Amino acid sequence: MMETTSDVTATHVVAALPGLAARLLHRVGGTAPEPLDAYVVVAGYQDGPVTQPDVDRLLDAIEQSGLRGRGGAAFPFATKARAVRQAAQRGLAPVVVANGEEGEPASAKDKWLLRNRPHLVLDGLRLAAAVTGADQAHVYVSDQAAARSIAEALHEAELAGRLPVPVEITVVEPAYVAGEETAAIRAINGGPAKPTDKPPRPFQAGVANRPTLVSNVETLANLPFVYRHGAAAYRQVGTAGSPGTFLATVTGGGRPPALYELPHGIAFRELLVLNGVAESAVGGVLMGGYFAGLLNRQALDLTLDHESTRAAGTGLGCGALAILGENDCPVAVAASVMAYFARENAGQCGSCFNGTAAMSAVLDALRDGRAAGDDLARLRRWSQVLRGRGACGTLDGAVNLAASLLAQFPGIVTRHLERGCDVCAISPFRAARPFEVEAVSLA
Amino acid sequence: MRVRLDRTICDGFGTCVARAPRYFSLDDWGYASLAVPGGDVAPEDEDAVNRAILDCPIHAITVLPE
Repeated sequence: MMETTSDVTATHVVAALPGLAARLLHRVGGTAPEPLDAYVVVAGYQDGPVTQPDVDRLLDAIEQSGLRGRGGAAFPFATKARAVRQAAQRGLAPVVVANGEEGEPASAKDKWLLRNRPHLVLDGLRLAAAVTGADQAHVYVSDQAAARSIAEALHEAELAGRLPVPVEITVVEPAYVAGEETAAIRAINGGPAKPTDKPPRPFQAGVANRPTLVSNVETLANLPFVYRHGAAAYRQVGTAGSPGTFLATVTGGGRPPALYELPHGIAFRELLVLNGVAESAVGGVLMGGYFAGLLNRQALDLTLDHESTRAAGTGLGCGALAILGENDCPVAVAASVMAYFARENAGQCGSCFNGTAAMSAVLDALRDGRAAGDDLARLRRWSQVLRGRGACGTLDGAVNLAASLLAQFPGIVTRHLERGCDVCAISPFRAARPFEVEAVSLA
Repeated sequence: MRVRLDRTICDGFGTCVARAPRYFSLDDWGYASLAVPGGDVAPEDEDAVNRAILDCPIHAITVLPE
């Protein structure tokens, strides 16, 4: 009874929760990418050009729908769109950017959408252009297959007159920091795909210095539903503070990577059942890709929405959940993720390239049983004082990781300090890109 | 007056903290961040912050337009 798309292989699952009418993972026709005619059959690109009364109505509907960004920050889309509109009153026409540069190695949902449902993303992009008054749009990606898929879809949609604004595609090399919104703008403006410090924020000065809305492709993919069915229908699934469905990339726990469409507010335990992971096998969870830190087995009691994850001191982020198995020592997992941050940060902010390197050195020592009490005290202090000291979120992600390890796994941390770790001594968890999803096999 | 510190170019000279310690803070490696949210400068501190702006060797601090 699980609704699965035809591209499910023996080792990878792409599915909506049974009983849930999929809004994002549903693809007509079974071929990838979904062609224009198949998308139009399900009322895609509804009504052709969006007229001015429609624009105001749509923006109100989006506001009432409570749609939040799916890139990680969960910022209300309507607030962002209105800020761009207001900034445009100074005289420069806005620009909209579909951000499909999914820098999180443990997330594959944006690649899936771009590779499989490019018209859904483009439809969302043209609606975002309409509500902001943008006269130019961009799709920003790093995945080559996604770039091909979106280029073909763009060609189809332009020939069919479906897109009222010109759309350009920008392809960059994949990198953790390249997905940050100011990195997208910098790259589109011809610079390196690395973040800039704020202010200005994109809504103030973005592409070509114009007010710019940068929106994650999954966020945009929700707009056609709101346009077609309205806010009340959108809110029929999800919670009051996190309406609608979301895409969850689930890795670890001894299971192959999976991509699910889930209603916000679903119990984590229900996801475990869906994914075939026994509760007893869960040692913890790495939340929100590499960004929102570690949770211990208290994660079992979570519901997956922004309210309850925030209350638990963590976050849903981009919807990537990596399940630590019984033999995945959280210290070693944290050491691997921190080493990734130390390698993959933009190399721009001193607090970040020094802070991640320093925290990585302590975590490596802790894993290997050669850390001293002073090292741990330094790690604890850095996990407090370095927050907010980077231009982008990378350093905050590193801080979340260190702080959550210390808060969620104090017994295991102390054991590493006092007498080492049996698991780490024999076969420590080591991965250059922990819980990476091979997006290729999900396409 | 509102100021901005670009941490992507700060090279850790530390002059800003010497000139206007209430407005800037250094990390363990000497790199600066703004110590006031939003970069708002009180009128009575503008001279000190302007000194920090002028003395930053790599011009990482700028005044934001009104």
